[in-house]
Order: sequence, then C-alpha cells, then structure tokens
Amino acid sequence: MKYDIMNKLQQIMEQNLIDIEQAKDRGQSAIGFYCLYSPMELAVAADAIPLPLCGTSNEPIATAEEILPRNLCPLIKSSFGFAVKDTCPFFRFSDIIIGDTTCDGKKKMFELLSRYKPTHVLQLPQSQDTAMALSLWRSELERFKKIVETQTGVAINNDRLRAAIRLMNLERGARKALMDMNKAKPAPLSGSQLLEILFKVGFLADKEKGISLMEEVVAEAKNGSFLSEDVVAGSRKRILLTGVPVGLGSDKVVKIVEQSGADVVAFENCSGYKQAFFVDEKTNPLDALAEQYLATPCSVMSPNNGRFDLLKEMIQEFSVDGVIDLTWQACHTYNVEAFRIEEFVQKTFGMPILHLETDYAESDTEQLRVRIEAYLEML
Amino acid sequence: MRYAGIDIGSRSIELVVVNDACKVLCRFQADTGFDPMAKAKKIVNRVSYDRIMATGYGRNLFEISFDAPTVTEIKAHARGAWTLFPGSQTVLDIGGQDSKAIALFENGNVKKFEMNDRCAAGTGKFLEIMAGTLGFKIEDFGKEALMAEKGLNISSMCTVFAESEVTSLIAKGQSRQEIARGLHDSVIRRAISMINRVSSEGDIVFTGGVAKNLCMTTLLSEKLGRKVRIPDEPQFVGSFGAALLALEIG
Ligand code: SF4
Ligand code: SF4
Repeated sequence: MKYDIMNKLQQIMEQNLIDIEQAKDRGQSAIGFYCLYSPMELAVAADAIPLPLCGTSNEPIATAEEILPRNLCPLIKSSFGFAVKDTCPFFRFSDIIIGDTTCDGKKKMFELLSRYKPTHVLQLPQSQDTAMALSLWRSELERFKKIVETQTGVAINNDRLRAAIRLMNLERGARKALMDMNKAKPAPLSGSQLLEILFKVGFLADKEKGISLMEEVVAEAKNGSFLSEDVVAGSRKRILLTGVPVGLGSDKVVKIVEQSGADVVAFENCSGYKQAFFVDEKTNPLDALAEQYLATPCSVMSPNNGRFDLLKEMIQEFSVDGVIDLTWQACHTYNVEAFRIEEFVQKTFGMPILHLETDYAESDTEQLRVRIEAYLEML
Repeated sequence: MRYAGIDIGSRSIELVVVNDACKVLCRFQADTGFDPMAKAKKIVNRVSYDRIMATGYGRNLFEISFDAPTVTEIKAHARGAWTLFPGSQTVLDIGGQDSKAIALFENGNVKKFEMNDRCAAGTGKFLEIMAGTLGFKIEDFGKEALMAEKGLNISSMCTVFAESEVTSLIAKGQSRQEIARGLHDSVIRRAISMINRVSSEGDIVFTGGVAKNLCMTTLLSEKLGRKVRIPDEPQFVGSFGAALLALEIG
C-alpha cells in the first residue's frame, strides 16, 4: 500500500487542536499572524504558539461583505469573515493578533478586526533598501517584543531569541527541502499535495512535529512513494505558480492546472518559496530578524526587486516550462506588478506567462480552465 | 477522409466538416439550449466523418460523451483564422458570451491572448440585450448605429447598468440611433484595448457572430487604423479551426 501522508497529516491536525487547547489551559498564549513579515520567532521565544490566520476559504466571505466592501481582496474578506463568524478555531485560540501595514485593504481591515481581538499593527516600511526602513522595522520589532512579553509574562532575552531562530530555521529548512524535491523530473509531489502539507504544518503548535513530518515526506518521496504509475515521465508540463498566497480552499488554479494535465512544481509566493530563507544565527538576533524579514520579496514593497531575482532562480532550478502569475481580485500591488513580471519572464526566458485574476469563488472555473488549457497548448 | 470540428459555445453550436485539402464540405449551426450534449449529438448524427475534434465551452463534456480529442477555442480560432488569411497575426473574436484577442506567431501558433472576464460586457450578448432595449432587431442594430452622425457617450460597460443608462437616455428623448452608436463605440473601445494588449500592428482577422455587425467592423478599422479582415462565415471559424486540427493530428 502506498504511504498515506494525507491521512497521517489529518490525524496530526486533529491532535494539534487538542494540544493547543491543553496548552492554553496550562496558561500558554497563542498569537495570531496575518503576514510573513512579522517574525514568528518572537512568539516562539516567549513559549507562545504562533498561528497563521490568513483566510483561504470562500465560506466566510459573504459574512465579511456585510461590513467590508465587496470589491476587496478575497484573502482580506475571508480573514475578516472568520473573525466575525468565529468559525476558525485558530482565530479563537489567539489571545492577540499581530498585523502589519502591508497593503491598504489589510491595514484598514485590522482597524475593524480590533473589535474582535486585541490587535497590534506593526508599521512595516514600504521599501527595503534604506537605512531608515531597516531601523524603523528594527524598532517595530522591539515594540512587538514588548507586546509579546506583556502578553506572556516571559522576558525575551537573546538566548531565547537565538533558540527560537534556530528552531524556525530548522522548520524553514525542512520546508525548503520538501519544496526542493520537486526540482526532480518528474516532480515526486503534486502541487496540491505539496500545498496541503505546507499549509497544514503551519498550524502545528509543536514545530518539531512538523519538521519531522516534512522530513519523513522527503524520505518517502525519494523512494517514489507519491508518484502515480500511470504518469509517463516527462509528459506533463512543469508550471511555476507566482503571485498571491494560496492555501487550502483558495487553490482552484492549482487544481485546474492538474486536471488539465500539467504539474505545479513550485510556488513563488508566501505560502511557498518566499518562506525558504534563513535568519543569521550569529549576529544580534533582533538585528538579524529585522534584516531578514524585511527582505521578504512581496509586492507591497516598492521597488520589489527581490521577487525578480527569486523568480529567475526558481525558473532555472525547477526547470519549469511555464509560469502562471496569480492575482486576487482587487489586489493592486500584485496586479500592477504583473506587467513587469510578464515582461521579465518573457525577456529573460522567452517564455510566455499567464496572468490570472480571480477570487475564491468557483463561478469562473470554466473561464479559468479555457485560459489555462490555452496556455498549456502554447507551451 | 472527412474531418469534423464542433464548437460548443454557451449560446450556439457550430459544426464544420473538411476534406484532406482543408475544403469545407458542410456546416451546421444550432442554438445550444439547455441540454448541450443532446443538441451536439443531434448535429453530429447528421454528418459522416472519420475524425472529430471539439472546442468551445462544452468541449470537455463532449470529450467524455464522445471520446473525442479537444482543443481550446483560443487555439481553434487561431488556426481557423490563420488558415483563412495566411500570414495574419492578430485575431479578434467576439462571440455570444465571450470575447478574445489573440496574437499569432508567423507559423500560426498562439503567441499571446486576452479574454474578457466573467461578465457579458463587450460581447454579443451585450449588444443583443441593448438592441432589445432600444427596440431594434439584432440584424439591423449595426446598420442603424452607422446612420447616426455621432455616438452618445455610454459610460457603463456592465449590461445591467448600461441598460438603465440607455432607458434613461430614451426617456430624455435622445435619438435611438445615436444611443446605438454610443453602445457600439463602447464595445469597440474595450475590444481595442484588448487587442492592444496582445499586438500593436498588422491586419486583424475579426471572427465570431459579432463580426457580422457592419458598425462593429467599420468602427474597428477606423479607430484602430489597421486593416480588418472578415471571413465569409465568421461564426464558423472556431469549428473550422477544430476540424483543421483534427486533420493535423494525423
Ligand atoms: S503576500 Fe505579502 S502582504 Fe500578503 S501575507 Fe504574503 S508577505 Fe504578507
Ligand atoms: S493578496 Fe494583495 S490585496 Fe490581498 S492581502 Fe495580500 S497584498 Fe493585500
């Protein structure tokens, strides 16, 4: 029988809910995050449980639209809807929320979110390469640290921070190793499997559990446990997905690509490879965190040159045949950047790109399918 | 050998059969109705062929019911237009419920494409509803619009909003022809921006049912300053392309 990772993952997820509940009963705090820019290390250093809360489900959107405008990014509406409906266990577990001033929609949403949970918004600079930006971000992390200390009653010293960085580096290392599996031809893991594992591991209170699970998957994948027999090697086009974050429930594009006979082998987004970085363990921990996290190549930054470098590296290393650039409706930063991304990929690799703009609803599935199939026909 | 191409759109189904020399032997058209596969079956049963290829929004259903290969309408239109007008490098297709602009390589392969999104804005359906609101027959809509000296500005592209805008213009006693012209102008503006996103020069092959509208074709070449070429049967270009691709897969 095949190694059944998804089943195992499901069991771990269920156990995880019980673990978090018990931890909370013992007085441990949980801190909710909405963006890759805020270092989870600060929560980990105070023995708090970091929980990623970005909404990836269409379900709560209708409720969110009773308060938020309809033409807003679905990720923001979904996140907010979960809070209003109180249907996300991880939101319920969170004692406080950490947000960042990323895009306009998100930062204004946080003002409303504070009605449901104590919400702290970090002032994220809009550019990365000036001394002023770095020192602002450094001082915001200092403030973040105090917030966590007040919440948890734990004084965060440098040793604690270093240990947290080490642990999170291990986790990111395991994520990277998992994603790098798909550099092989054919890719041992399907895009939707990879996405599901990466997504679910993020909620695990016990980071070690997530790390060893990912290591196990890598070992199994090396044995070919995930390859289905009926796939002829090299017959499926290799697609890289770039752009907005994608998770369970907001993965329709990945599914359509797979149904159309191609593989999504890599994710250049913050659910995927944007998390494949390492924080320097030798220098002052808060300095190192400030510097590394600020460098996250997201379109909310201007300029955002890091994304072009990362894309170039990934297109080569994952030997991809095509690139799909995904934008959530009303996400201006990714939508505007799409023009330059297309130009860049076209010029550097002579490769056409498919830019898609959609939301979490299924209503445009057939329109998306035509575009995706037509794109695959071009490759 | 006889090669068939069937284009199952959301509003109509077209079928074309060609021979080895790419010559069209016969064509059929029918409304899609509420049961596309039953309709498709009826049409298919009327012709004899050796191989068939499906395209259009119903292609995947057809693939399951008839065990036939499929191709997207993008590629089918590209192949059809390029064969009818060898060397052409840009295709504009405006059908019942979608519109698309396609840029081609010299060998006829698709280089880049753009499509409208979920709504009916800028499609045949939009024009049809507006013709109805203005009390024109759809066949005369373009001719009537061309008779106006100027177009009234219509700002909404959404079918629902545009309809109420039109109704209020009628109530104000504005000329129906000028309103019609304004509506055509707005569809053309949208089509042009779609074309400009994929290609900046050369002739345009205009396909789809809307290419039969005289006002659309006239305005398109006027506003774009590029030559517009219209096939004899513009709504059959997709099915023709599919038939050619059925021939090609050998
Ligand atoms: S896409 Fe950018 S703003 Fe959104 S969560 Fe990721 S890093 Fe943060
Ligand atoms: S996808 Fe875009 S609009 Fe949505 S939260 Fe992220 S940056 Fe903001």
